[in-house]
Amino acid sequence: MPDASELELIARELRAAEGGGEAASGSPVLDTVFFRGRATLIVEPDHIGTVLRRLRARGYAFLASVHGVDYYPHEPRFGVLYELLDMERVERITVKLRLAGAGPQVDSVTDEWPTANHQEREIFDMFGVRFGGHPDLRRILMPEDYEGHPLRRDFPLGGEPVLFTYNEDETLGSPA
Amino acid sequence: MSTQDPSLSDSRRREQSITIAPLEEQLGERAERTGDGTSQELLTLNFGPHHPATHGVLRLLVTLQGEIVRSVKPIIGYVHTGIEKTAEDKSYWKVIPVIERMDYLAYFFNALAFCGAVETLLGLEVPKRAQYLRVIHLELNRIASHLFWLGTSALDLGAISMFWYSLREREQIVDLFEMSSGQRMHTRYFQVGGVIEDIPPGFAAKVREFTSIMPARIDQYEDLLRENEIVLQRLRGTGRVDGAELLSLGVTGPLLRAAGNPWDLRKAEPYSSYGDFDFKIPVGTVGDNYDRFACRLAEMRESVQIVEQALAGLPEGPFITEDRKVALPPRHELATSMEALIHHFKLVTEGFRVAPGEVYFPVESPRGELGCFVRSDGSSKPARVHMRDPSFVNLQAFSRMAEGGYIADMIATLAMLDPILGGIDR
Repeated sequence: MPDASELELIARELRAAEGGGEAASGSPVLDTVFFRGRATLIVEPDHIGTVLRRLRARGYAFLASVHGVDYYPHEPRFGVLYELLDMERVERITVKLRLAGAGPQVDSVTDEWPTANHQEREIFDMFGVRFGGHPDLRRILMPEDYEGHPLRRDFPLGGEPVLFTYNEDETLGSPA
Repeated sequence: MSTQDPSLSDSRRREQSITIAPLEEQLGERAERTGDGTSQELLTLNFGPHHPATHGVLRLLVTLQGEIVRSVKPIIGYVHTGIEKTAEDKSYWKVIPVIERMDYLAYFFNALAFCGAVETLLGLEVPKRAQYLRVIHLELNRIASHLFWLGTSALDLGAISMFWYSLREREQIVDLFEMSSGQRMHTRYFQVGGVIEDIPPGFAAKVREFTSIMPARIDQYEDLLRENEIVLQRLRGTGRVDGAELLSLGVTGPLLRAAGNPWDLRKAEPYSSYGDFDFKIPVGTVGDNYDRFACRLAEMRESVQIVEQALAGLPEGPFITEDRKVALPPRHELATSMEALIHHFKLVTEGFRVAPGEVYFPVESPRGELGCFVRSDGSSKPARVHMRDPSFVNLQAFSRMAEGGYIADMIATLAMLDPILGGIDR
């Protein structure tokens, strides 16, 4: 893991590379979090492609995982986390972005990281986050005709209608 | 044409009106004319979801040109049970049983990834003895998982007796799990902070009995399969993908090691005291199906050694953290200590609370990097649990491995990929 000071260095480098200097607007890195020895960069969603590319140039060449998170009722509501790994130095860094609750959309990174394909589809399926430029953005685990995104926090648990229970009352008749 | 014949029934007329000429026209340039003037058309074949060779409920849409696979599209989700959603509605310690049911052949690994993430969130130290006990169970589980893979894969290649031999040894392992935890599968043995119970008397001797016999058994498997003509012909040179491409597809575990990349989290980022043990990482050379097969066989040998070392060096001490806010107090204290009773009541009714935070905790499962992402919001239930299951990610490499080969080799490749659909669909 990069330590806290190295995380700041990476963040500064990314900010400088965008030419915005330390200016608040247009800066790709919004914040850094160092928690329990784990480094997280919080980035502007528009810059995700460039940030990941720059981190890859620094050695973080393996995209271990992509997670979706729903921060409901907080805004921006959705989070997408990219777990990067440097296999040479054995260091991990998390890149996180937040998306607004209405029409969450972010660019897909599947062009450069083919491994993100299934994982972005999973996040689309479970949270309804759209990945622009994804080659095949369809549901992956839920049925194609399913309505709703089940891992959203306001999606109820249970009460899922099952195919053969829709006319349960008629077929069973009134209980004796 | 006879389709106009009024004496024929409707269905017969429709049947006879079907001609494949338009289909062949559609094929256009793809249809290669062979010497005798017949054309080769592409055939789309649906494989599964229920098929014995798919190792679970996996559906494959395969496009064939003759016997050559031109494209494979895996379709998944048939055993999706919403475990991640269920986990959000349970207190942390009650999540462990549902998490274990994801990758149902590597249940200890699922539990460790989750417990490890929660322990990191809590900043909790796991006692040394618990770490060693975990290693013993993890490595036994790795052997059991690989044995199941070996048996079913040999079955796919047409060798049925291998299945009985490997299941015979696996049975010994699940008996050991039953002895230490009371359950053969999905044991709920790992807890946040350690393990639920110390190993019973006689367990160590039983494990030694197993580890003394296992190397000879692996020798026997190798004698049966390693230089077997059919195995060599089916596995050597098929499903070959190089290491760089596997990395870009996110493939880890034995599949990556078979391509010559010695990446193993047990060595690279040692967790649960793996740094204390002396073991090797078997790697392959070219990354074909035979290397995958040989890698897993060699891994079983190393796992046996780790179990022996962990048992020999098993330290004394507590088997679960003594932090009473997280772990249940010992049973005997309940009769004498009011405080223990309160802790017990709080833990069983509400569970422990975890300070807000997000952690990703990866471990090396039998199939690759199994990572658990846990977000806590300060309550006693996780706000998000996400499992990065290695089978789910590795499956993306399947079409790359199978395309251009024979359909029979596709089955062998799928067996060597070792996907567990419970883990893929969650």
